[in-house]
Amino acid sequence: MFRKISLRYKIPINLTLAILLTSLVIGSVLIWRSYEEIRNDLFRSSVELGTVLARTLVAPLKHDDIWKAYKILRSAGYRIYIVLDEQQRIFVSNQPTEFPMMRELQTLGSEFEALQLKIENHDSLSPFLQERSQDERLYVVIPVIDDGIQIANVIIGYPRTIYWPRLLNIVERVGLTSLIVMLFLIPIGWWVGNRTVDPLVRLSRAMSQVGSRPLQDIDYKPLERDDEIGQLGQSFDAMIAELKEKENLEGQVIVSERLAAIGRLAAGVAHEINNPLGGMMNAVNTYRRFGRSDSETDTTMFLLERGLKQIHETVSALLVEARQESHDLTPDDIEDVRLLVQSDAQKKGLQLVWDNKLDRPLSLPSTPVRQVLMNLSLNAVQAAEQAGQVTLSVALVDGVLEIRVSNDGVTVSKEEIGHLFEPFVHKRPGGTGLGLWITYQIVRQFGGDIYVQSEHGTTSFMVHLPLELAA
Amino acid sequence: MVRSRQLLILVLCLMLALSGSPAVAGELLPTLRIGLTPVFLDNKLSILRIWKRYLENRLQRRIEFVQRQTYREITELLLTGDIQSAWICGFPFVRYSSQLTLLAVPLYRGQPLYQSYLIVPATDASTRGIADLRDKIFAYSDPDSNSGYLVPRVGLRRMGYDPDAFFARTFFAWAHYDVVNAVAEGVAQGGAVDGYVWDTLQRVHPEITERTRIVNKSRKFGFPPLVVNNTLPDEDVRLLRHVMLRMKDEPDGVVLLRELNLDGFVTGTPELYEGIRDNVHYMNQAERNVSQNQLTLQDTY
Repeated sequence: MFRKISLRYKIPINLTLAILLTSLVIGSVLIWRSYEEIRNDLFRSSVELGTVLARTLVAPLKHDDIWKAYKILRSAGYRIYIVLDEQQRIFVSNQPTEFPMMRELQTLGSEFEALQLKIENHDSLSPFLQERSQDERLYVVIPVIDDGIQIANVIIGYPRTIYWPRLLNIVERVGLTSLIVMLFLIPIGWWVGNRTVDPLVRLSRAMSQVGSRPLQDIDYKPLERDDEIGQLGQSFDAMIAELKEKENLEGQVIVSERLAAIGRLAAGVAHEINNPLGGMMNAVNTYRRFGRSDSETDTTMFLLERGLKQIHETVSALLVEARQESHDLTPDDIEDVRLLVQSDAQKKGLQLVWDNKLDRPLSLPSTPVRQVLMNLSLNAVQAAEQAGQVTLSVALVDGVLEIRVSNDGVTVSKEEIGHLFEPFVHKRPGGTGLGLWITYQIVRQFGGDIYVQSEHGTTSFMVHLPLELAA
Repeated sequence: MVRSRQLLILVLCLMLALSGSPAVAGELLPTLRIGLTPVFLDNKLSILRIWKRYLENRLQRRIEFVQRQTYREITELLLTGDIQSAWICGFPFVRYSSQLTLLAVPLYRGQPLYQSYLIVPATDASTRGIADLRDKIFAYSDPDSNSGYLVPRVGLRRMGYDPDAFFARTFFAWAHYDVVNAVAEGVAQGGAVDGYVWDTLQRVHPEITERTRIVNKSRKFGFPPLVVNNTLPDEDVRLLRHVMLRMKDEPDGVVLLRELNLDGFVTGTPELYEGIRDNVHYMNQAERNVSQNQLTLQDTY
């Protein structure tokens, strides 16, 4: 039961229990000490009183003056005084009806029998206290000494309840103090407990979301502190970051594998189509050159030829052949693309930011690179919103040609990004639907990478083309 | 010379007459020291103060009351002449009658007589006489008291008991009102007390006397007398007696008598104390001849 309770309550409850227990222990110790003190006080004051009495009683005892002795003891309030002679008989007491003269102490009940036994076995001439839980009273016995010889004993008896008023008073005060202390400590305990537990609870809540909710939805900010909880939070944060990266990578692997499969399929299909297509085109050519010629046949042949050409173009487009012979890429090649894009950008009123950092020719074939640049920048111009901005930068970074193209406009969803490079997926009016497919194929064939990111209304493509592999 | 001496005496007489104050008079007459014993409530300071003022006014001299714990001490002071007068019990008066002169005897309930009471605690309903108190604790007032010592002992003797062996234990309370206290508080299971003191105590402290029960009253004896010794000049004795006897006729004297619970003072005669003398005689004889206890069986109680 208790194990199921949240730490948020468990720690404050434990703190409260600890405070209660401490108060209880301290309170008990205080009360016990007070009890001892009261007891010692009582004994001390009784001995003082009894010593004075004993001194005053010497003369009446020696002169056998009972009345004088009685008058000395007479008004004693709740106390009882008994003077015992040497034969342990009552010489006089302040309550003569209850403790009549000449009675032997032991005949007054078990309580007094025990007292008499104690008196008889008490060797020294020092006072002592007799307190037994079963007795009605507690007794202080003081010897009456004359000239170094004990001639009698003075017994002072108190009701055992004599402690109670003082003890109750102390219990009351200790209780009240504890209550006040607890009134302060318990809220502080709850506050401290909550403060301690809060980061753990937040961490625990975030952890329980792993697996059941998408990683990016898990909202957890690690605390900026270096204790165990802080370290735990930082570890958790790092774990979430790694999980996100892993998820990303997996997504990318899936996408590229799918694209590769599509590429293989497209190439296979293209090859299979190209062979009969070549035959069919030869046949159409032969017929037009040597066959009978009438207008109807000519029209048919013309339509046939156009259809076959269109098939050929489409198939060729699918079969991206990057390794065509072409000169090395120069900075001017990139400027050429700029000119081509410029007019389209102007039509839409876009701001075109062109940052070409190349200053020398690179050992990369210019044609495919220009194709990639063209495709990406035209794509960006088309996707950008009216009077928006398109940015392009080309630079050589650590032996890798890095091309960045970005535009503002509608954010592309994750889902769409996964299928962005597939053929015929985002076919715009007037386009082939193969622009990004071709770009992707070219980049892959050069052993490069292409990345897309679309966030907060900005879509960016980044291409890395390694020089070494190309060379 | 003669004229001047006569003038001086005249001036002195005039001063004496005009002042009339005991302070001035006291310089001429020695202080009269009067011994008091607990034959009355001598612990009531208010009574002592009124009485002292009364006597000083009438006698024109300083009065000093002398109190001691026991009768014996006062008797000794009286016999040695340290005090000139005292209110004592009839027992010492009888014993030392040759050296003491009867000054006045109080009148109680119209008679110069009183009784001894045998009392027990009010919780004791069974005791019918002193014989029932065998092996109990008994309180006497004073060994020189008639009512508080002699009377019960004579009573026991007459019944054939040895008073020294009859009780389990006896003690002296040294004052009649303390005998009442001792019995009331249960210190003693019986006591002998001056009947006049018990009656007076009942008037001022009924809460004490109601805790006791009177079992028996003795026959009547001569009331404890005021006596003087031989050191006091006859003139002073006469004056003092006169003041005492006149008390019941003076308004402030009546107030004092009411406080004392007395009716007045009379001259009294030594014959009043015949009964006590008989008791003393009987005890002396009995002690001389303890085995022979068959004396006149006259009931004391």
